Amino acid sequence: MMTPGLEHILFISFALFFIGIYGFFTRRNLITMLMSIELILNSVNLNFIAFNKYVWPDKMDGLFFTLFVIAIAAAEAAVAIAIIINLYRTHRSIDVENTEDMKF
Amino acid sequence: MTGNDIIFYLLGILTLGCGLLSVTSRHIFRAAVFLLFSLIGIAGIYFWLQYEFIAAVQIVVYAGGITVLIIFSIFLTQQAGEKLPIQKLNRKIFSALAVFCAFALALVQAYQHGFITNNKPAASPSVQDIGNQMLNVNETGYALPFEAVSILLLAALVGCIVIAIREKNNTNNISENQNVETSQK
Amino acid sequence: MNQTIQIALIPLLPLAGFVLLSFFGKKYFGKNSGLIGTAFLLASFILSLFTAYKYFSASVDGHYSSAIALKYTWLVFSDKLSIDMGLYLDSISMMMIVVVTLVSLMVHIYSLGYMKGEERFSAYYANLGLFTFSMLGLVLSSNIFQIYFFWELVGVSSYLLIGFYYDKPSAVAASKKAFIVTRFADLGFLIGILILSYSAGSLDFNTMIHNLTSPESSELKTAVSTTFLSVSAVTWGGLLVFMGGAGKSAMFPLHIWLPDAMEGPTPVSALIHAATMVVAGVYLVARLFPIFSLTTPIVLEVVSWVGAVSAIIAAIIACTQTDIKRVLAYSTMSQIGFMMFALGVSKYGGEAGLGFTASMFHLFTHALFKALLFLGAGAVIHYVHSNEIKDMGGLRKSMPITHITFLIACLAIAGFPFLAGFFSKEEILLAAYHNSPAIYWIALFTSALTAFYMFRLYFSIFWNKEHTTHEKHHGEGPFVMMLPLIILAVGAIFAGYIPFGKYVSADGAPLASHFKISFSILPVALGLSGIAIAWIMYKKQNGLSDKVAASFNGFYKTAYNKFYIDEIYLFITKKIIFNLIGKPAAWFDKNIVDGIMNFTGNTTEWVSEKIKIVQSGKVQQYAIYFLVAAVVIAAAFIYILK
Repeated sequence: MMTPGLEHILFISFALFFIGIYGFFTRRNLITMLMSIELILNSVNLNFIAFNKYVWPDKMDGLFFTLFVIAIAAAEAAVAIAIIINLYRTHRSIDVENTEDMKF
Repeated sequence: MTGNDIIFYLLGILTLGCGLLSVTSRHIFRAAVFLLFSLIGIAGIYFWLQYEFIAAVQIVVYAGGITVLIIFSIFLTQQAGEKLPIQKLNRKIFSALAVFCAFALALVQAYQHGFITNNKPAASPSVQDIGNQMLNVNETGYALPFEAVSILLLAALVGCIVIAIREKNNTNNISENQNVETSQK
Repeated sequence: MNQTIQIALIPLLPLAGFVLLSFFGKKYFGKNSGLIGTAFLLASFILSLFTAYKYFSASVDGHYSSAIALKYTWLVFSDKLSIDMGLYLDSISMMMIVVVTLVSLMVHIYSLGYMKGEERFSAYYANLGLFTFSMLGLVLSSNIFQIYFFWELVGVSSYLLIGFYYDKPSAVAASKKAFIVTRFADLGFLIGILILSYSAGSLDFNTMIHNLTSPESSELKTAVSTTFLSVSAVTWGGLLVFMGGAGKSAMFPLHIWLPDAMEGPTPVSALIHAATMVVAGVYLVARLFPIFSLTTPIVLEVVSWVGAVSAIIAAIIACTQTDIKRVLAYSTMSQIGFMMFALGVSKYGGEAGLGFTASMFHLFTHALFKALLFLGAGAVIHYVHSNEIKDMGGLRKSMPITHITFLIACLAIAGFPFLAGFFSKEEILLAAYHNSPAIYWIALFTSALTAFYMFRLYFSIFWNKEHTTHEKHHGEGPFVMMLPLIILAVGAIFAGYIPFGKYVSADGAPLASHFKISFSILPVALGLSGIAIAWIMYKKQNGLSDKVAASFNGFYKTAYNKFYIDEIYLFITKKIIFNLIGKPAAWFDKNIVDGIMNFTGNTTEWVSEKIKIVQSGKVQQYAIYFLVAAVVIAAAFIYILK
């Protein structure tokens, strides 16, 4: 094993990203799909931080992006959960297979 | 291999392993807990990169806020002890294949690119530096995005309430919610 | 009043009448529609008289120059080529507007009585207005495209009026026949227009005539040197344009529609199928006369022979028909044949241009006495309620005015000395005599026949058997029907004294009158003998006519059946064209064209059935497609397209 650097963090970030996507594809419960999206967002944050650290260590822009993404993710999660609860009320289920209204 | 490296690898394994479990576990509550650990692992990597403020924000917002929110909604919508339905095998295989191809493509591209790394000793930014630049109005300042995000948060707050608000004269919904509440007890 | 507006109002007033009557006629005007239409036409007639008077009184040394009173560019294709709408003033268009408005006015007045009590009285007057508008537009056209435009409008209004009694199957068939036959001829006309305007590089009459007649113009050289089947392009153009004219003017062999068109109301026959529309072909040839005579003498040759053949064939058929309107229809065709070959034998300009003047002169006088004949026949039909000669006879006492005016018209058309037809016919014969002896003899024989069949008609209607059965309770007809007869009869007597050559000639220069007693002796003698034979055969009821018919048995039958021309057409269309072209075309349409359509439809349906499952409404499937597509596109751009 070698000393961890940018490549290693990129590997973790990419892997986490595609794990999230895999989860998004295969999960049928809307809440677990939301969790997959959180993983995807986190992998992006990790990317920002890693590039900030290794490529432009004297700047802080990556940091700010991460902060904003976290803030927006929080808002997004809140809205998503509101939608899920609303959906649960009308469809009595939060299974994504049962919400085919987009077909029409 | 120094202790520093070992910590990094351990954090990486924690993050990826918990992430993987979080998207495959059939118990939704466990999935949420694995997500929590995965997020904590990422916070650990931030610590390891010496970005303490971001790590703190990560723990406070993600681990403390969003995960709790998710667990809360699980309580609202899920019967206790119920397993998640199994996805079709076809779908799983196809998704895994597509995801793997995309992952390979992205990784190969990223490694081939060869980013020019800068090995200057990173000045670990203090909270004061971050605060100064965040609320600065000169060309490097982030005051405008900050304000925009604050409006976004407000909008999201209002939106959540509007979406989730209970319709008054819909007796059906009320009884459903009562059912949910009783089942939770 | 501004002169341009004044001229533009001549065609626009009948149009206004048409619009007014067709939208509001039945509901608001009812029985007054006729008066309104007549009032519009009267205004138009007065304006055109005034315009013509101003035009003919403003000559320079006896020359009349043509002028374009109004030019409005409608469609622009290129710098040189544009479609204009204009008003073209020259001696023949001035003459034509007077003729058209005069005859139309007479017919309007006459119809007040003739069509009284008709169900669609206002529609009738609306259609008359539309026709008059189109005809005036046609004669005032300043370019060949505009003439085509109005040419078709005239065809449509003629169709509407022939089929006016649309609950009568024969009227419907006749209107369709007229429309299809003239349409077929118009196809040739359109192609001819395209050829001529392409070779001249212009649609405008003045430019076109200039480019195709002046020997040094480059367009003429190209047009003459371009050949198809060893005939030059400009000749083809002229022939095809003449084909259109022949169709409209009912020249042999495109005349078959005219006799059937008599199914329309009689005043309509007088207006459209005697005096105005059918001379449109003559007018067209006269309009392009410089091109025909200077550039393509072959076409003029064709014109003269078609005219002569039509004249004699129609005259022979007219001797055998028993329907008075059909006799008049064939007579019309015969007289138009006269005008045509008069143009055909004419040269451009000078003394040799007599034929042109004679043709126009005959057009003018013919319009008067033929309209009179038709209106008189209408009065007779009104009285006896039948078109057949055998139902008439001995009407001279019960219909005195009709009798006198009809006699005047018959004498005029027969060329009786010092009536209108005499002068114009003498000029035509003179022109033919100088240029083409063969045609002269045909014309002479035809004019004798004309006298014979007209007086056969006259004696059969007004003498022959003494009538006994006709009821006395209704008179000859109301005043409004008699007034036009009297006016036209006056015209038929005195129109011949107009010094026509002074006003109308091919090149605009005045032409002296050519009247010579010595030349006139032969035609007049022949005409009088024709009248005498008719007198002997038809004045009293005797078996003479049947005996003569029997002695000519085969020929009589052939002529009675109109030389079987209709049957030949039917054979060609039904047996040959329908089977050899129509059926394969129908098969092609049904199987190939429809097949392609159905194939497209079915394929679309099949494909959409197959890909319907893609549109599942499931978010995750969409997301997978999205990812796969993104990966594939990214890989393609990275590795294949670089």
